[in-house]
Amino acid sequence: MYSEELRRKAARVADKKAAIGPDVDLGMFESAPVPHKYLADEELCELPEEEQKHLLMAGLDVTQKDRGGTYFQKDTSVIHCDSRQEGIEVLPIRRALEQKDWVRDYYWKLVAVDTDKYTAAAELNLHDGYVIRSLPGAKSIYPIQACLYLDKDSLQQNVHNIIIAEEDSELHIITGCATSPHLKKGAHVGISEFFVKKNAKLSFTMIHNWAEDMVVRPRSAARVEEGGLFINNYVCMKPVKTLQMYPVTHLVGEGAVARFYSIIVGSPGSEFDVGGRIFLKKPGTRAEIVARTISNGAKIIARGHLIGEVPEIRAHLECKGLILKGGVIHAIPELEGHVEGVEMSHEAAVGKIAQEEISYLMSRGLTADEAASTIVRGFLNVDIPGLPPQLKAEIDKVIEQSDKDMM
Amino acid sequence: MLFIEDLQVELGGKIILDHIDLEIRQGETHVLFGPNGSGKTSLLMTIMGYPQYRILKGKILFKGVDITNSPINERARLGIGMSYQRPPTIHGLKTRQMVDICSRGEAKVEDLAMRVNFQDFLDRDVNAGFSGGEIKRSELLQLLAQDPDLMLFDEPESGVDLENISLVGRTIATLLQRDHEGIPEVSKSKMQLKRERTKMGLIITHTGYILDYVNADKGQVLFDGMLSCVSNPREILTCIGESGYAECVRCIVKN
Repeated sequence: MYSEELRRKAARVADKKAAIGPDVDLGMFESAPVPHKYLADEELCELPEEEQKHLLMAGLDVTQKDRGGTYFQKDTSVIHCDSRQEGIEVLPIRRALEQKDWVRDYYWKLVAVDTDKYTAAAELNLHDGYVIRSLPGAKSIYPIQACLYLDKDSLQQNVHNIIIAEEDSELHIITGCATSPHLKKGAHVGISEFFVKKNAKLSFTMIHNWAEDMVVRPRSAARVEEGGLFINNYVCMKPVKTLQMYPVTHLVGEGAVARFYSIIVGSPGSEFDVGGRIFLKKPGTRAEIVARTISNGAKIIARGHLIGEVPEIRAHLECKGLILKGGVIHAIPELEGHVEGVEMSHEAAVGKIAQEEISYLMSRGLTADEAASTIVRGFLNVDIPGLPPQLKAEIDKVIEQSDKDMM
Repeated sequence: MLFIEDLQVELGGKIILDHIDLEIRQGETHVLFGPNGSGKTSLLMTIMGYPQYRILKGKILFKGVDITNSPINERARLGIGMSYQRPPTIHGLKTRQMVDICSRGEAKVEDLAMRVNFQDFLDRDVNAGFSGGEIKRSELLQLLAQDPDLMLFDEPESGVDLENISLVGRTIATLLQRDHEGIPEVSKSKMQLKRERTKMGLIITHTGYILDYVNADKGQVLFDGMLSCVSNPREILTCIGESGYAECVRCIVKN
């Protein structure tokens, strides 16, 4: 009954354009299920080497070494899903919706099903997605890895993810979206709902590794309770046709903290409209949004919106862009204080590599090109407090690789 | 050896250095005095090769190579290094990585850092939020790693507190192979040490404190974009202290 209501709501907005970002004709894509065989642990390691490398760049290590669990979806099918840590659950969402009643308490609770045609698609034709939950007090030693992989050309992949860090738990997730090397065109619609309960800590590191003609429309929202910490990292260094997302986070408990970091390198023909919005609803909450964007000929809109609703909140927005080889970077930082006693600030800059810094490094022996590349790497090297070193290393690896491609 | 002949330099459409002749022989250290705005930093930046300092006339030779038009990094490779007064911050680049760059990956970073008491700063971004004294120690650490043959110091003692001034002074003396000075019991004779010395230095100073640690060979006064005298650095310092730069230059030129 309840599901019928959701479907009805979704059906009503099946053609509704998104509030921002270029409109996409979803009719260009197919969304019929694509069956793939489930792979056991050892079969994962037998994937072609090229594919393995590709997956690794999106954070998925098929050997599952130093990973606490894996969710791997290829096109519309789950091909691997397990948890290797006590207290951490990893489930495909379709199965979870059938078997676990509690999932309904979270499903479409933060993102409205009738937001736009993308949320509608995810409800009306849900392929799958993951539910990852850390039980109260559980601490994930190794990160859980999740990968949403597109292999079939012209497919529109619809997924819905629910991530729950129960009270006093600690959960780290690295999630990659990638396309197989031969794929040209495709669409990815991903709903993600994050629940960070009292004194829990959740870090979510998302690495995108798309193809040139990919359309990407994530829709996500988070709710952080008292004393909770939510770290949301986003890295995209590869081309994409159009990517638009504006995740929102609600800090609803005292002392809740949210930190958003995004690193985007846009190549020619790519269009990004990305940002984050954080509502600070209780005293003592803190929010930080840091974006580093580089354009090598892309169009990048970098948004950030902080809303302070009560006194004694602190929020900072930092949005820096470098235009290296043409393109547009449009930084839109917004601060909204609703009462006395908020402390909110922003720092936005769009520019080029400072000649003074190049000269300084040249006087230490680097060539002009080496100096520029060193500065760019530094620009993308953001310190993320609270992120496990292993995940920081994953981010560094992606930057390093892309640096080689770029220079 | 550094050899500068009849140098004329323009910055932003204005001649800022003119008729500069300067020779620093192997093993020599010179001190450069001059009032604010006289062109001291400009001279160092020109020797280092900063492109905004346009050389209109004259030439610069280093180790016999004409470097008048060489880019900065080629000069660095030839053995010129600089300790800056206000170096830029490079976000995301750790001091540790910078030291690696300076030594081309060959230095033991921790060991070098210990020499300038800088271990705690290795994992901070280069120059980010460093105090005056921290910048100086960071610059010296980079020079220790780079190990150049000609070192240009832009006011190495400015902004350094009393506790660190001797550390800075002694490190510069080490860099310039002058750390045995004032120690009578070294086995080699002063003449011998001097003969074996290869490092060259050019040090800008206002206060002359650095002379307590580095016994410079010559002093130069830069006044209105021109080098006006060559003399014993202590004498120059005394003269400037007593009668000011203008008077000092006039007096010495007459003599």
